[in-house]
Amino acid sequence: MKLKGNAWKFGADVDTDRIIPARYLNTSDSAELAKHCMEDEDPAFAAKVRSGDIIAADKNFGCGSSREHAPIAIKAAGVSCVIAKSFARIFYRNAFNMGLPILESEDAPDSIATGDIVAVDTALGEITNVTKGLRFKARPIPPFMQGLVAAGGLLEFIKKTGVGLN
Amino acid sequence: MSPKIRPLTITEKILARHAGVKEVTPGELINAEVDIALGNDVTAPIAIHEFKRIGAKKVFNRNKVVLVPDHFTPNKDIKSANQCKILHDFAKEQKLTHYYEGGEVGVEHALLPEKGVVVPGDLVIGADSHTCTYGGLGAFSTGVGSTDLAAAMITGRLWFKVPETMRFVFKGRLNKWVGGKDLILHVIGEIGVDGALYRAMEFTGPAIDNLGMDSRLAMCNMAIEAGAKSGIIAPDKITRAYVAGRAERPYKFYSSDEGAQYCETLEYDCLEIEPKVAMPHLPSNTKNISEVGKITIDQVVIGSCTNGRLEDLAVAARILKGKKTAKNCRLIIIPATPFIYAQAMKKGWFDIFLKAGAVISPPTCGPCLGGHMGVLAAGERAVATTNRNFIGRMGDVKSEVYLTNPAVAAATAVKGRIAHPDEVV
Repeated sequence: MKLKGNAWKFGADVDTDRIIPARYLNTSDSAELAKHCMEDEDPAFAAKVRSGDIIAADKNFGCGSSREHAPIAIKAAGVSCVIAKSFARIFYRNAFNMGLPILESEDAPDSIATGDIVAVDTALGEITNVTKGLRFKARPIPPFMQGLVAAGGLLEFIKKTGVGLN
Repeated sequence: MSPKIRPLTITEKILARHAGVKEVTPGELINAEVDIALGNDVTAPIAIHEFKRIGAKKVFNRNKVVLVPDHFTPNKDIKSANQCKILHDFAKEQKLTHYYEGGEVGVEHALLPEKGVVVPGDLVIGADSHTCTYGGLGAFSTGVGSTDLAAAMITGRLWFKVPETMRFVFKGRLNKWVGGKDLILHVIGEIGVDGALYRAMEFTGPAIDNLGMDSRLAMCNMAIEAGAKSGIIAPDKITRAYVAGRAERPYKFYSSDEGAQYCETLEYDCLEIEPKVAMPHLPSNTKNISEVGKITIDQVVIGSCTNGRLEDLAVAARILKGKKTAKNCRLIIIPATPFIYAQAMKKGWFDIFLKAGAVISPPTCGPCLGGHMGVLAAGERAVATTNRNFIGRMGDVKSEVYLTNPAVAAATAVKGRIAHPDEVV
């Protein structure tokens, strides 16, 4: 998958309460969740973000709660991909399971500032800061998880393989 | 002769058993059987939606899919009520044996061990990050998302990456007023909120051997706040006494082999650990209570899946007996389950709490995640026995949460500022 968009830069340990505050968890409607995406970090984010934009963040992105509402809100807000130095593990699983492309890179986030144009090739694991003319290699995605992405998420993977459907 | 198996950690043994293999290695991806798959009123609606969307008709085992609407219950608004109804209807349709509502529901991670639904040696997944609590019983348990829960509800299995294990050895005896909460806050303060990322945390040592079950559950509960996949304590005679008369199913005690491999071992002398306070806005932002200084507090919350159990309410009652909460400081006490609620009443603690000026809430997650039953206004500060103090966690984005053990929380309510229990008792 090749993606290109305007970058939004965030710091370290962005928790799921900042991605989607719990006061909005009384719904799982993705359009409703998208309206409040990153609200406590930047109240204007949902209004400013454009379809295809890319989030870049420091370490431990998505820490805290298991709420799948977090990647759902990000995806529904139009964000095409999240790049971070590392992800909290439940967020990492959730993103693959529900089909939000994410990439881990130790170096790329430091080079990216809000407003930079960033291009990503998820198959090759390549991140390019087009604005600054810098290229980075993302940490490889395990083959099994590539399979999840190719199938379109965990449940589609299960449906395709037919395991345990009763 | 079969080849000799390398020494394994307790976590590796439980995972291997559930994957149907003799041994597993950190980093390996496995597909393992799940003993309990858990969801709540925030996460299960998405899982149930996905379950239906993919065309599934029946859960893999109606005794093993557990639904606990505890976050926004008693239903706080119409949207929450609609979410809860999805669980209610699904539980009825699927004839789930472990569905709780009304006067039977409690905070999930207090309720399930108490009722013996989760037992030692289990592999448990839950669409709630604090599912790691059950490590206190010697089970492997980990938080997942709603799609994972849907997959487990359908197939009874889930994929896992076998984690490396970090070992934490606690030596010596606990100081007065120090509990499991302080030990885990101390660890998180040392290693950071991603200090155990993707790893299992194994707590051991003489201080753990003497630690009560409520404190063990509190420690494993907060493993996620260090980024860990799971936390675990090897079961022993304290575990045996706890599960006796509760366990719904046969259970198995696992323990780590001599020579098992740890990616890191950290040792702590408990004599050096005093009651801790996690300052805003991260659980790792810890200080010793003696270093906190004068911080006035508007609200104290004693409850949650971390510290809403009997041991926690007992210490709060001990401190609050004959005392009043400070003027301008609200105290909210939330017994985590109906059983704990009834016990606290029977033991006379409700009298103590009410005379002190506390509000006693029905069991709920409520204010812990800023849901209801005690949400903070802009500029307000709370001390809470809960597990997270992220920005806006308990209410307004300009409010603050300080995490402590129940003794410090109770003393704080009396003084109206963060206080050491010795100042009150």
